[in-house]
Amino acid sequence: MLDVKPRITWDPNPPRAGEAPSKRVEIQDLTAWYGEKLAIQGVSLSIEPNRVTAIIGPSGCGKSTLIRCVNRMHEVVPGARVSGRVLLEGEDIYAPGVDPAAVRRRIGMVFQKANPFPTMSIFENVAAGVRLNGLAGRRELPAIVEKSLRQAALWEEVRDKLNQPGTALSGGQQQRLCIARALAVEPEVLLMDEPASALDPAATLRIEELMQELKRSYTIVVVTHNMQQAARVSDFTAFMLAGEDRVGRLVEFGETNRLFTNPQDKRTEDYITGRFG
Amino acid sequence: MATTRSTFDRRLAELKDDVLILGSMVDKAIGRSIDALKRRDLNESEIIISDDMKINRKRFDIEEKCLLLLATQQPMASDLRVIAAAMHIITDLERMADHAEGIAKINLMLGDEPPIKPLVDIPIMADKAREMLRRSLDLFVARDAEGSKALASEDDQVDALYDRVYRDLLEIMIRDPSTITRATYLLWVAHNLERIADRVTNICERVVFMVTGRMEETNVSKY
Repeated sequence: MLDVKPRITWDPNPPRAGEAPSKRVEIQDLTAWYGEKLAIQGVSLSIEPNRVTAIIGPSGCGKSTLIRCVNRMHEVVPGARVSGRVLLEGEDIYAPGVDPAAVRRRIGMVFQKANPFPTMSIFENVAAGVRLNGLAGRRELPAIVEKSLRQAALWEEVRDKLNQPGTALSGGQQQRLCIARALAVEPEVLLMDEPASALDPAATLRIEELMQELKRSYTIVVVTHNMQQAARVSDFTAFMLAGEDRVGRLVEFGETNRLFTNPQDKRTEDYITGRFG
Repeated sequence: MATTRSTFDRRLAELKDDVLILGSMVDKAIGRSIDALKRRDLNESEIIISDDMKINRKRFDIEEKCLLLLATQQPMASDLRVIAAAMHIITDLERMADHAEGIAKINLMLGDEPPIKPLVDIPIMADKAREMLRRSLDLFVARDAEGSKALASEDDQVDALYDRVYRDLLEIMIRDPSTITRATYLLWVAHNLERIADRVTNICERVVFMVTGRMEETNVSKY
């Protein structure tokens, strides 16, 4: 019998020549608690470099908890703790002696609600992380700010008003400003927690196009409750579900094209076809 | 019992019903065309030819419903595969009806010419092809991949019958060259029936794809 697999093998967005390939993230048997409450358990998956990995699942399945563990944001919550390993190109970010702030610079994050620093201008917003980490001198900042705003597809819209407050921008622009801010410190991985859920359809699609552009240079992980978005933007998808014990676990992980046309697990099938229990 | 997608589930059920209705129209067209050929009923053949438009319209009607479901319901996974399978199956059904129409046209071309032999194997081929068609659609509704693979292999029986018809008609043509035109027409009838059975194997492949998510050739014929 001929087995013709309907797979797309041509990658329309290969990494650019000369760009440093971004890093692989390995999550190994990750378990997280909020105090005594177990939130997620035993999650293992491999995040491919220069690709977009989506994490989907119903509310309360632990997807936001998961990505906050990836850049050590989870432990900021009092009483929160983690077991297991998260390897950034082989280095365990939870190894003793690792500085969480350094991890958060290498693994940047963009949040659901755009949060530009309210008292700062557009320029200052983008430069903030660079200044804070002492990554560049004053003279280098304009070039870094421009590069970051270009990468975030915002430069042309703000080049003549860099001194205006970041909060004066539209919702979609503010989100791209936050992306520029995250990119300014030259992370290797970019985590995005529902980056477009507060945006209108046009702004959402711009963010999605931006993800396709950014994956040439970065490893992208996006948490989304919008399945069609996950199907549109991602190369790989992880489906999480909380059991009756309300503990989130990974149910299925695979290539997006395959997972959305022929999922292996019935729970995945039920979720993505909208047959909720 | 209401599910979280009752409306969509209802539309999918209606889609399956529509495919069955189209299949029934095609099955009847095949039966009528062979019947008209046996009885040399030219009137009936004319009606079959004009009725083919109804089948074409039904096919496009179903196709439009499929497109609307794709546009408005964002189907994923098995839902998507059902709709994709339905779109292919209705194309195969419509082409089968074209073959039935072809048989009706051949009856008109034979006209008042005396028959060169009683029809024996051709009606057997027709019955087998129709039985395969009906069973393939039952398997579509039942989502039976294994049954579909097994059914597809029965196409060999139709091919064997075609082979026999071909040899018989060839012998007749060699014995009596004045029969060549009529014998050739009958050969075309047999060829149309053989193509109908081939189209049934396409339906079987689509059912397998719908259930498993994999495209597999279900019957690589030796012919």
